[in-house]
Amino acid sequence: MNGDGSLERLKRDGRIVVVGASLAGLRAAETMREKGFTGSLTMIGDEPYEPYDRPPLSKQVLLGKATADRTALPRRRDIDAKWRLGVPATGLDMAGRRVRLADGDEVEYDRLLIATGVRARPWPNEEEGALDGVFVLRTRDDGAALERSLAAGPRRVLVIGAGFTGSEIASACRERGLPVTVAERGNAPLVGALGGVIGEVAAEMHRTHEVDLRTGVMVTALEGDPSGRVRAAHLSDGATVEADVVVVSLGAQRNTEWLAGSGLGAGPRGIACDAGCRAFNIWGIVTDDIYVAGDVARSPHALFGYQFLSLEHWGNAVAQAETAAHNMLSEGMDRRPHVWVPAFWSSQFGVNIKSVGVPPMGTEILITQGSRDERRFAAVYGYQGRVIAAVTFDQCRWLPFYQHLIETTAPFPPQFATVDRRPEGHKALAADFPDPSVPTHGPTITLSGYSPADRKMTFTPARH
Amino acid sequence: MTQAILREIIDYANRADPYPLYEELRKTPVSQDSDGPYVISTYYEIHSLLHDPRISSDRRNLTPTTGDPLAQTEEDGETALPPSFLGLDPPEHDRLRRMTNRPFGPPHSPHRVHDMRGELKGIVSGLIDGIVAADGLDRIDLVDQFSYPFPVSVICRLLGVPPEDEPRFHVWADTLAASLDPDPDADPSQRHKGSQDTRMELGMYLAGLIEERRKNPGDDMLSHLATADTPDGTMTTMEILSTSALLLIAGHETTVNLITNGMLTLLRHPEVLQRLREDPGMAVPIVEELLRYEPPVQLLPQRSPLTEIEIGGVTIPKGASLWLILASGNRDPKRFDHPDRFDPDRGDIQHLGLGSGIHSCFGAPLARLEAQLALSELARRLENPQLLEDPPPYRQNAVLRGPRHLPISCDGIRP
Ligand SMILES: Cc1cc2nc3c(=O)[nH]c(=O)nc-3n(C[C@H](O)[C@H](O)[C@H](O)COP(=O)(O)OP(=O)(O)OC[C@H]3O[C@@H](n4cnc5c(N)ncnc54)[C@H](O)[C@@H]3O)c2cc1C
Repeated sequence: MNGDGSLERLKRDGRIVVVGASLAGLRAAETMREKGFTGSLTMIGDEPYEPYDRPPLSKQVLLGKATADRTALPRRRDIDAKWRLGVPATGLDMAGRRVRLADGDEVEYDRLLIATGVRARPWPNEEEGALDGVFVLRTRDDGAALERSLAAGPRRVLVIGAGFTGSEIASACRERGLPVTVAERGNAPLVGALGGVIGEVAAEMHRTHEVDLRTGVMVTALEGDPSGRVRAAHLSDGATVEADVVVVSLGAQRNTEWLAGSGLGAGPRGIACDAGCRAFNIWGIVTDDIYVAGDVARSPHALFGYQFLSLEHWGNAVAQAETAAHNMLSEGMDRRPHVWVPAFWSSQFGVNIKSVGVPPMGTEILITQGSRDERRFAAVYGYQGRVIAAVTFDQCRWLPFYQHLIETTAPFPPQFATVDRRPEGHKALAADFPDPSVPTHGPTITLSGYSPADRKMTFTPARH
Repeated sequence: MTQAILREIIDYANRADPYPLYEELRKTPVSQDSDGPYVISTYYEIHSLLHDPRISSDRRNLTPTTGDPLAQTEEDGETALPPSFLGLDPPEHDRLRRMTNRPFGPPHSPHRVHDMRGELKGIVSGLIDGIVAADGLDRIDLVDQFSYPFPVSVICRLLGVPPEDEPRFHVWADTLAASLDPDPDADPSQRHKGSQDTRMELGMYLAGLIEERRKNPGDDMLSHLATADTPDGTMTTMEILSTSALLLIAGHETTVNLITNGMLTLLRHPEVLQRLREDPGMAVPIVEELLRYEPPVQLLPQRSPLTEIEIGGVTIPKGASLWLILASGNRDPKRFDHPDRFDPDRGDIQHLGLGSGIHSCFGAPLARLEAQLALSELARRLENPQLLEDPPPYRQNAVLRGPRHLPISCDGIRP
C-alpha cells in the first residue's frame, strides 16, 4: 500500500470509465458505488439501450412471452453515471489514459473497466448473410426482429449451429409449432460444450420434439429469391433445405478490435488479465489501471491448471464484474482474486440444463444419478483422475455437491453410493469431445494457455 | 455429551428459547455420542448435506438404533400409508413430487397459488371478524382463534374439500396435530390409538372424495391428482392418500407456527409491527426474515448416509441418523451478520427455514402467501395489540416448534 492518500482521492473524486454498458458493466458500476466511490463514472455503450438481459432473448422473448424491450436489467441501486449510449469506443490511448469514441470525443480515466463482451459470429458470406430473413441472435434488436419473423408464421426455420443458443432457438420454434431444421457440423447438438455422450441425449431431445436435426453436415450456401429474401440453404451432403427464416448461431467473437494497436493484450481470444481482473499489456505485464470483466475477459484459474479461461456465462460476468470493481478501488493485499467456478444454465425443450466446472477439459464421463433415457440425470466429467466438471438435466438441486467435488479436486470416478444411482452409472465412458482444432458452434468456455496478444512477435533471447 | 444435548433439545424447558442451546451446539458443528444421532448445527454443513446425493431421506435406510429419542415421535403417522415423497428418495420422490406439483405450481399451473389470494384474504377477514364476536378483546388466543383454523381452511380449499365437510376436517386436523405434539403425561398407547383411528377416518373420507372426483372432476388439487394422465403416469389411490395426508399435515402444522411465531416476534418488535401496519408490502421481507429467525421447522431428524461420509472433520457411518438443526444454521454467525437480530431489512437472506435441495418445502409459495396476508391483516386491523404472556406457553413438540397459545389483548378491531 503506498499510503499517500491516492486511493482515497480516487474514491472521492477520481474518474472511472466503463466501456461496455451491459451486464458486467452495470454490475461493476453498482459495486463501485456501493463501495463508496463518489467520483465521476462514465458508461460507454455502442447499443442505444440501457443495460438489458440477454438470456431471455433466446427463451421467453422468442416464445412471445416477454418482449425484447422488457428485459432491462433490474437495478440494484442508483449509479449516477454519465451515459454515453449508442457510441462505440474506437480506441484506447494507454499512456494518455483516454478512450476514443466514434463521435470523435475522448474520455479521460483514472481507472478503466473493459466489458465489451462478444458478438454473434456472422454468416461468413456477407452477401448471403444480408438476405432478408437471415438472423443472428445476440442483441435486443436481434431478439425483437427474430421474434417478429417467427410470429409471422414462416413455413420453415433453419438454425445453423446446435450450441446452446441454436438449441434454444429450435426449442422455441417447436413450442410455437413451427417446423424447424437444425444443421450442425458436429455429430450432435451441444457436443462442443458437453461432449458426445451428452450430445446424444440432446439429439434425442431434438428428435422427440420433431426437430429435423441434421448432424455432421455444414451449410455451404444460402440462396435468396429475386426480391432478396432467403428461400433455401444448401448443405454439404448435397441436400437443400427450404426455409424462409435462417438463424445463424455459430458462436461468438470477442469485441476487441477497437483495442488493436493500443498495446493492451487484447486479441481474438479476448483480453488477458490476471486473477484480479487487471489487464495485461502485449508483453504480458499487468497494467494497474485497466481492468476486464465478463465475456471479453480471459483469466487464469488455479483449479484448471492456471489455464486462461474465457467464459460466456452470465454468472461469471456478474461475479467477475464485482471482483474487478472491488479491485479497482483497492490496493495491494486488499485485492481479491476472481476464483469463480464456471457455471452455466440453459433451458430447452422443457429441460433445465446446468453445468459447473469445465466440461470440455473432461476426457471421461460418469452418470452418477438418474438416467439418460429419462433425460433426468447428473453426470461428472473426469480429467486425469479427478472430477473437473458436472452437468445436470432437470436435477440442478444436486449441483452444489458436485461443485464441491470440483473445488476439492475429488477423485474420478467417484466411488460412493448416491440416491438414484442406476446400472448405467457404474462405468465411466469416454466423454467424446470433438477435436478442438475442428471448429463447432462454440463451447461457451474456451481454454487457452496462450500469449496475451495474438500478435506475431519475434522472440530473440539475449546472448550472454 | 451428545445424549445430554439431544435430551436438552427435546427438553420442554428449552422450548421458549432454544437459541442459547443452539449457540452452544455450534461450537461443535457435528456432534455425536455412542450410538445416538449425529447432530449438525452449522449453516454450511447443513446446507451441504441437504444437497448431498449420498444422504437418504428414506427411513428404510436408517440403521435401527435405540439412541434416537425422536425415532418414535417422528412417525408422522404414515404407518398405514406408503411413505409420502417427503420420506422417499429419487427417483420415486421426484416422480411423486413432480406429479403433485403439476396442479400446484409452475410450469403447468403457474397461477394456482396466486389465484387463491382473494380466497385467502376472505378467510383471513372472516377469522378476524370472528375475533370480535368471540369472548371479547381483553384476552384473545391468537392460536385458537386465528392461526390454527386458517391453514386448515386453506388446505380444504386447495384439496377441494366441500365447504360443508370443512368442520369435520378441522376436527381431524386438530387430532392429528395433537398426536404430533405428545403430552408427556398422557398414555402413549391411548394416544397412538386415537391418532390411528383419526387417520383411518380421514383416509376413508379422502378415498371417498377421490372416487367422487374421478367421476366429477373439478379444478381442485384432488381432482387433478385423481384424474391426471402425466408423462409420469397416474397416481394410485394409495399414493394420492399419502400425498394429501402430507399436504394436510405439513401444510398445516408449519403455517400455524409461522404465523404465531410471526405475530409474537412482531409484538416483541413494535417498531417493525408499525412499519408493517403502514406498509403491507413489508410483509414480504418480514416473512422471509421470520423463516430465518424463528423457523417453524426447527430440525430435520430423519436423514441418513447411504455410505460413509465425512463432514466437518467427522466420519459418519452408513445408516447413521442425522439431525439437521435448521434453526441453528439460521443463526450461524459464520453465515449471517448479527444472526440474533430480527432485521427484515437484511438483504442477504438465504435461510434454511424452508429447507433446501430436492426436499425443500413443497408448499413454500403458499406458506409465504398465507403468512404475508395473515400478518399484514393482523397488523392493520388489531388496534394496539399487546402481548399478555411473554414467553407464551409453547407446544411440546421440539421439531415443529411454536406457541400453543398466544394470549393478546387489543383495544379494538379496525374494519
Ligand atoms: C441469446 C443469449 C442467451 C444466453 N443465455 C444464457 C444462459 O442461459 N445462461 C448463461 O449463463 N448465459 C447465457 N448467455 C450469456 C450471457 O448473456 C453473457 O455471458 C453476458 O451477457 C455477458 O455479459 P457482458 O457484460 O460480459 O457482455 P455483453 O452482455 O455481451 O455486453 C457487452 C456490451 O458491450 C458493447 N460493446 C461492444 N464493443 C463496444 C465498444 N467498442 N464500445 C462500446 N460498447 C461496446 C456490446 O454491444 C454490449 O452491449 C446468453 C447470451 C445470449 C446472447
